[in-house]
Amino acid sequence: MKILVGVKRVLDPYVRAYVKPDGSGVDLSNAKMSMNPFDEIAVEQAVRLKETGVAEEIIAVSIGPAKSEETIRTALAMGADRGILVESDAELEPLAVAKVLKQVVEDESVQLVLLGKQAIDDDCNQTGQGLAALLGWPQGTFASGVELADGKAKVVREIDGGLETVELDLPAVVTVDLRLNEPRHASLPNIMKAKKKPVDKKAAADLGLDLAPRMKVLGVSEPPARAEGVRVSSVEELVDKLKNEAKVI
Amino acid sequence: MTVLVVAEHDNSELFEVTLHSVSAAVKMGGPVEILVAGSGCGAVAEACAKVAGIERVLLADDPAYEHPLPENLAPLLVGLAGGYSHVVAAATTYGKNVMPRVSALLDVSQISDISEVFAEDTFERPIYAGNALAKVQSSDAIKVVTVRTTKFDAADAEGGSAAVESVEAAETGAGSRFLEQNLSQSDRPELTSARVVVSGGRGVGSAENFQMIEDLAATLNAAVGASRAAVDAGYVPNDYQVGQTGKVVAPDLYLAIGISGAIQHLAGMKDSKVIAAVNTDEEAPIFQVADYGLVDDLFEAVPKLTEALKK
Ligand SMILES: Cc1cc2nc3c(=O)[nH]c(=O)nc-3n(C[C@H](O)[C@H](O)[C@H](O)COP(=O)(O)OP(=O)(O)OC[C@H]3O[C@@H](n4cnc5c(N)ncnc54)[C@H](O)[C@@H]3O)c2cc1C
Ligand SMILES: Nc1ncnc2c1ncn2[C@@H]1O[C@H](COP(=O)(O)O)[C@@H](O)[C@H]1O
Repeated sequence: MKILVGVKRVLDPYVRAYVKPDGSGVDLSNAKMSMNPFDEIAVEQAVRLKETGVAEEIIAVSIGPAKSEETIRTALAMGADRGILVESDAELEPLAVAKVLKQVVEDESVQLVLLGKQAIDDDCNQTGQGLAALLGWPQGTFASGVELADGKAKVVREIDGGLETVELDLPAVVTVDLRLNEPRHASLPNIMKAKKKPVDKKAAADLGLDLAPRMKVLGVSEPPARAEGVRVSSVEELVDKLKNEAKVI
Repeated sequence: MTVLVVAEHDNSELFEVTLHSVSAAVKMGGPVEILVAGSGCGAVAEACAKVAGIERVLLADDPAYEHPLPENLAPLLVGLAGGYSHVVAAATTYGKNVMPRVSALLDVSQISDISEVFAEDTFERPIYAGNALAKVQSSDAIKVVTVRTTKFDAADAEGGSAAVESVEAAETGAGSRFLEQNLSQSDRPELTSARVVVSGGRGVGSAENFQMIEDLAATLNAAVGASRAAVDAGYVPNDYQVGQTGKVVAPDLYLAIGISGAIQHLAGMKDSKVIAAVNTDEEAPIFQVADYGLVDDLFEAVPKLTEALKK
């Protein structure tokens, strides 16, 4: 079975986002960039499926600026076999990303797509569901457990009330949540090997798809800061403040 | 211009989040209608009919909708969407699962997790874990929207008298089957709507120690939340997680116990009215957002706090 994983290059999760003074967006110049953390979990899952003989080939796909090749190389160092970089300098909306992924899935006869549940920059949480819809495939979102057998996927999903288990016929799209696995760190030899793995490059604009944005960003601003708080020196003082000053208990 | 709100429920009760979606929908303009898709869910439709501001309730009562499988729900919503300017649901795991499937089938770009409605086509949404707010204008004919429920007051559950109309079930999408649900059992109020939330982090140290947090919450009639680290370590189930990739809460009082205050955690609680934190590390970032900060060992402070509050 062939697995496709989507890997997005995003601002590193442990770096704070600053809004540009002109309010046009978040300042990413010179910022540390990383693979979207959920996508690391997706890659890890794919690699485990290959290690257990369930999958034959893992294709890591990234859509974004040329530098997204670094993100693909990280996936290759973790154990993906080859990469596809679909270049686009314009930020694509999840709908457009889903359209691009659909084309790759069809070109490559992929049986399982593993994506992150959410990109931590746009916080959209849409791409996997959109892709499944466009392909007419079932979806297993927010997965904390994935088992494949007999052409089916059993997916445990993290939902607001607890956990839900669904069974999907393959091919399917699964989006992964934090508790699915703990992604490995690539070893130095594997990072070296990854440099030689093939990465196919194409331009998003050449795919003949309608990728035009449907949303105009009118402005980006910082949220209002919270007023500075005070230190209390004892439990008694805390209780007093909550009761008599804040009046919340 | 009519707005369709998708009701969230368990076939017997309407979930409170839906009332917040209704408030957001009202701000988008036009009459508001509600769709109840479920199985044996007539009581939910009756509850929706009483919600203030609702013009009509559509009831799709069919075994195919017993469990909210997106493969089945999306075709139903797509079939109905043509009659509406907006299709709206709460940004819960239910809404997040179904709505992007609907938007892709309609070839429109979903506007996720909105925190404000400026105009019929213009919304605010948090990005980068809430460290930035984007004002976006949609050019799509049908706007598919999910709502950050803490940003919109609940609509009145009483006062309306809408008619309930049945709608035909749509064809079902093949390929997915519901197997089981394991819902967390708790006597505590629901996390996203509680007036007081007590959350514990890695500092609490173990599942057994978490009983301390539960006891404190019980004296305050509070919901219990947790950081990702506490969930990952198995102290509490996944549905307790507050944060960028967990639940967003905005109670009157949020008590953070043994939580450092990482960006991703703050994303889920920094709109709380009052924040109090207990942490041994006076440099912990949680103190930057806390209205009241107590530098203390939680194993000393929490039992004392519980005792003091019982008085
Ligand atoms: C993609 C991604 C998504 C994430 N999503 C979320 C999310 O939704 N929610 C979330 O919470 N996190 C999330 N995180 C994780 C986040 O980055 C932090 O790792 C996490 O919030 C830390 O949890 P914590 O504060 O409990 O643990 P720590 O950071 O380890 O902090 C523990 C705190 O307890 C204090 N402490 C220890 N002992 C005591 C004691 N005896 N008394 C008092 N205080 C004590 C320590 O001083 C410390 O400040 C996410 C991370 C990533 C990468
Ligand atoms: N530009 C991209 N390139 C590759 N994968 C992406 C891209 N954008 C989104 N994805 C995938 O879709 C998931 C969800 O993203 P989003 O819907 O934007 O929150 C991510 O975790 C990725 O797996």
